[in-house]
Amino acid sequence: MLRDALLQLHRDLKSQKLRTLLTVFGLVWGTVAVTLLLAFGAGLKKNLIKQTAGLGDRICISWPGLTSIPYQGLGKGRRVRITDEDLETVRPRVDGLKRMSSEYTDGWKMVYNLKTYPVDVSGVSPEFAEMRNLIPVPGGRFLNPLDVSHQRRVVFLGNKVAEDIFGKGTDPVGKTVLFNGSPFLVIGVLTAKQQDSSYNSRDSDLAWIPGTTFRALTGRKYLSNFVFQPASALESKAVTESLRAALSRRLKFDPADKEAFSVWDTTEQFQFFEVFMLAFSLFLGIVGSLTLVVGGIGVSNIMNVIVDERTKEIGVKMALGAKSGAILRQFVVETMIVTAIGGAVGFAISLGICAVFPSSLQEFVGKPEVSPAVALITTGILGVIGFLAGFFPARSASRLDPVVAMKM
Amino acid sequence: MSSRQEMTRETTPPASGRPIIEMVGIRKVYDTGKVQVEALKGVDLRIEKGEFVAIVGPSGSGKSTLMNLVGCLDTPSGGDYFIGGEKVAGLSRDQLADVRNRRVGFVFQAFNLLPQISAFENVEMPLVFGGVPPKVRRAKVAELLERVGLGDRMDHKPTELSGGQMQRVAIARALAMDPDIVLADEPTGNLDTTSGTDIMGVFLDLWKQGSTLVVITHDMALARRASRIVEIRDGRIVSDRPAEQAA
Ligand SMILES: Nc1ncnc2c1ncn2[C@@H]1O[C@H](COP(=O)(O)OP(=O)(O)O)[C@@H](O)[C@H]1O
Ligand SMILES: [Mg+2]
Repeated sequence: MLRDALLQLHRDLKSQKLRTLLTVFGLVWGTVAVTLLLAFGAGLKKNLIKQTAGLGDRICISWPGLTSIPYQGLGKGRRVRITDEDLETVRPRVDGLKRMSSEYTDGWKMVYNLKTYPVDVSGVSPEFAEMRNLIPVPGGRFLNPLDVSHQRRVVFLGNKVAEDIFGKGTDPVGKTVLFNGSPFLVIGVLTAKQQDSSYNSRDSDLAWIPGTTFRALTGRKYLSNFVFQPASALESKAVTESLRAALSRRLKFDPADKEAFSVWDTTEQFQFFEVFMLAFSLFLGIVGSLTLVVGGIGVSNIMNVIVDERTKEIGVKMALGAKSGAILRQFVVETMIVTAIGGAVGFAISLGICAVFPSSLQEFVGKPEVSPAVALITTGILGVIGFLAGFFPARSASRLDPVVAMKM
Repeated sequence: MSSRQEMTRETTPPASGRPIIEMVGIRKVYDTGKVQVEALKGVDLRIEKGEFVAIVGPSGSGKSTLMNLVGCLDTPSGGDYFIGGEKVAGLSRDQLADVRNRRVGFVFQAFNLLPQISAFENVEMPLVFGGVPPKVRRAKVAELLERVGLGDRMDHKPTELSGGQMQRVAIARALAMDPDIVLADEPTGNLDTTSGTDIMGVFLDLWKQGSTLVVITHDMALARRASRIVEIRDGRIVSDRPAEQAA
């Protein structure tokens, strides 16, 4: 039975070469158009995120400064000093605060193999990595809570620092370097990243140690700056204000004093970015749907053009004793196979185009990523449209008297 | 022959004593919306096994209409029709398809072959629809094409054949399921005289070999060689007589 169905299908496809070819072409075209559109869209999106998130993932960076407004009898020009304890005290009072880490910075001399390198060192807590997108090269790790509580002498190196000191071939993890005479174990190296903005040195040129260790070694009490991350980019203003209020109460400065406590809200660019991405996705969605509609119209037009031809053919088959059920069953199988072929070819072409897409352009628009799901759904939709466009005329034809169908 | 076909034959035997075709008061009205054309105005027709009936009459008299009704390609507007003793009016669409498949072989003026598939595949179609197993099918198709003199043209497409050859393929196709009756509507209408005579020869051979035939023709020379001539005018049978007595 299946053999016969396949044989008959083979014959039908052969007897309708043009129809089959046009339908397959319509399917291929639609699938390629939509798949590539979304592939390039996804690539571009990823590229934009990569370029923007180099500094950090929707964070605010704050620096204590000098008061510029007299407050509660205290004069202006007073230095605001913040400790870890201050941060931990205000942390629970601020709603919508996801992460926060103090940062102590200084330029240190680092010694390895009797050679000295000047390195900017930052004392931080483990949360810092998530906020600032510091991803260790596999095999290494960032600072953990134990490093902090035990004031361990461990260091996480920027990729360029690591390369300068250890060269390209060696894995620095497990090696020991000296900071101002104290031995530090290298626990990880930063994965190279694209970073378009920074507030200190580039991350590639930095080294991170536990904040507690930094303070123990230097005797420093007050942080250089701190970094915090609101739960959502859209809450950054509210979180900043509530943090400012909490700190101003504790440290006694005017909450309106922007200089006593300045904040760089990097989420501003993300807010634009999020709106842009929404618009971009919307654009892709609309263009994709339109392409799909155009493709669908194409496929169903082809189906319609061949309705007369098909009707006559169905008439002849019925005259020879074909049952309408068999005719329609065969039509369903035929459509499925044609759709599968069209989809597969379209998917392959999309993959091919993305594969040969020049890497010189990838820097600007990202690497296009073909999504099998998109290809599958697109082909599926086109197939269903084509099927519906062809099925109903075929069904009407199969309900005619054979002589009427043959006369079409 | 497939076992399934034999089974069908057993359940509905062409009851001896009953004619293959029996029509009583058959009418056909074409409703074109504005006008109603009564193409058949009450036709009585019986055809027995082994007959060769020539249907003649002027153009537009209703010959094709009658033939399509005989072949169950169309539904009558009135009257009773029995094929092999079976009342056609009571049959479902699928049962009608079976009747067309097993009892009737149809040869059209315009051939009605599927153009892109080979002669072999065209002839095989009724066997596929009839559920005949592939092996039996292949042997049967080869035998039929040999019989109509196209043993060396099996893989040719209709477009690669002459008109006469195409009609031979159509005849082979009509014979595929060993029908009770072969119907041909002006089978030489689209052919030149030589191929026409040729095709008529094929029909005569079939008759001699035992087939029951109904052929619409304008060719009185051929009609006279049939066993019986039915003349239609304006939707009615005006004369029905053995061929020897034809004028
Ligand atoms: N599908 C149809 N719709 C309307 N009228 C038709 C149709 N087929 C045939 N007729 C009319 O029925 C009459 C008989 O036609 P037909 O059986 O084809 O005659 P013949 O085959 O003898 O030339 C003619 O008047 C013809 O115009
Ligand atoms: Mg006619």
